[in-house]
Amino acid sequence: MNWFSAALGSSVGKKLMMALTGLAFIGFLAAHLAGNLTIYGGKAAFNGYAEKLQSLGPLLHLFRAGLITFALVHVLTGLYLFWLNRRARPVGYRMHATAGGRTLSSRTMPYTGIVILVFVIFHLFHFTFVDKTATTVFDMVAAAFNQPAYVLLYAALMIVVGLHVRHGFWSAFQTLGVNHPKVMPTVSAASIAAGAVVALGFGLLPLVIALRY
Amino acid sequence: MSKTIHLTLKIWRQNGPGDKGRFETHPAKNISTDMSFLEMLDVVNEQLTLEDKEPIAFEHDCREGICGTCGTMVNGRAHGQLKGTTLCQLHMRHFADGDTLVIEPFRARAYPVIKDLVVDRSALDRVIQAGGYISVNTGNAPEANTLPVPQDRAERAMDAAACIGCGACVASCPNASAMLFVSAKVSQLALLPHGRPEAARRALSMVRAMDACGFGNCSNHRECEKTCPKEISIVNIARLNREYFKAAFISQEN
Repeated sequence: MNWFSAALGSSVGKKLMMALTGLAFIGFLAAHLAGNLTIYGGKAAFNGYAEKLQSLGPLLHLFRAGLITFALVHVLTGLYLFWLNRRARPVGYRMHATAGGRTLSSRTMPYTGIVILVFVIFHLFHFTFVDKTATTVFDMVAAAFNQPAYVLLYAALMIVVGLHVRHGFWSAFQTLGVNHPKVMPTVSAASIAAGAVVALGFGLLPLVIALRY
Repeated sequence: MSKTIHLTLKIWRQNGPGDKGRFETHPAKNISTDMSFLEMLDVVNEQLTLEDKEPIAFEHDCREGICGTCGTMVNGRAHGQLKGTTLCQLHMRHFADGDTLVIEPFRARAYPVIKDLVVDRSALDRVIQAGGYISVNTGNAPEANTLPVPQDRAERAMDAAACIGCGACVASCPNASAMLFVSAKVSQLALLPHGRPEAARRALSMVRAMDACGFGNCSNHRECEKTCPKEISIVNIARLNREYFKAAFISQEN
């Protein structure tokens, strides 16, 4: 297995790990958003979705273990790359202008990533790791988003997640070697769309909850 | 009609590898707009010599945009602001009278400064030594049609082979990554039948050499392809990744 760790430890291998785990998280976001959208169906639909998820039992635990493993790989590799890349230019430029390659999304990747990590931990303690014997998920969410501060906080953070996805999505394809004149225009457009769907899809939910319930 | 302009240069001066270095301000007076950027530096250096001062050290060779020797940062852009151009082919007509130019050496941990604007880019040579070649026995040239190469494939190989190894991709990359350079050198050979026998070993050892030189990692910012004087595309980086994955996970090479 020496060859395997050597391959993953190389600069290209580290990117491969970022790309695969990143794509997995985009898949997770899609599933999470699909679940959250049941809130448009009202209290019963949303609580029903939550109960269904809980009833998966061991499967849910397996899924969570996978997510945590992927998160560890993505976050630790990402932070290591961030450190390596800063170290690769110890003396900086007095003036460093863009030639038109960098985007707001690409240049902020490490920072949006760290913000998302902090948010995910907060979010888990806010809604997931809480005692739900006396309440339902719906009541908990409705109570939280009746406070304007939470609505603003979540909406702002979803823009951050959208920015991260906007560069991460196409970037994963490029890293996996899928850059071809036939597919790249579609992947680039899909990347912008994915970022927008994440930012708007999740970001509007707190507002909808606040206004409707 | 040629005219003359006056410029102010804020230029990096460093006496040697161990020196701390500092910015100096020098006027560049009566610069003909027909001059190249390097000829403008020549004029400044002549003036410095007349004043008994040390001239500014910078690298140059062919001054025709094909050797890859020249290159500095001008106002934060490698080879200056003009697209698809080396510094020697950047003419002063692209600057306005009274402009202030910040001129710095290419910066990367893998590019130690030797003097002023001259950096040691031998890290790129070490990457080439690791596999940027094909091994063929010498002798008579074989019959040309033995190895058929489709025209479009030959064109793509030539697009990659247009890399002159100036290293501006590293200089412009926010991460000081050499992926565009390495990918061009891997691609020009990987696309042709002559390069296939050693393709796996080449991809593995050139990436290994690149990592050992202390270059950064690619984050797909695309600054390199926008800066490259030969306009080499990041499609080559995707190809290098494919070549690397095939070599690392499928081939028998270590």
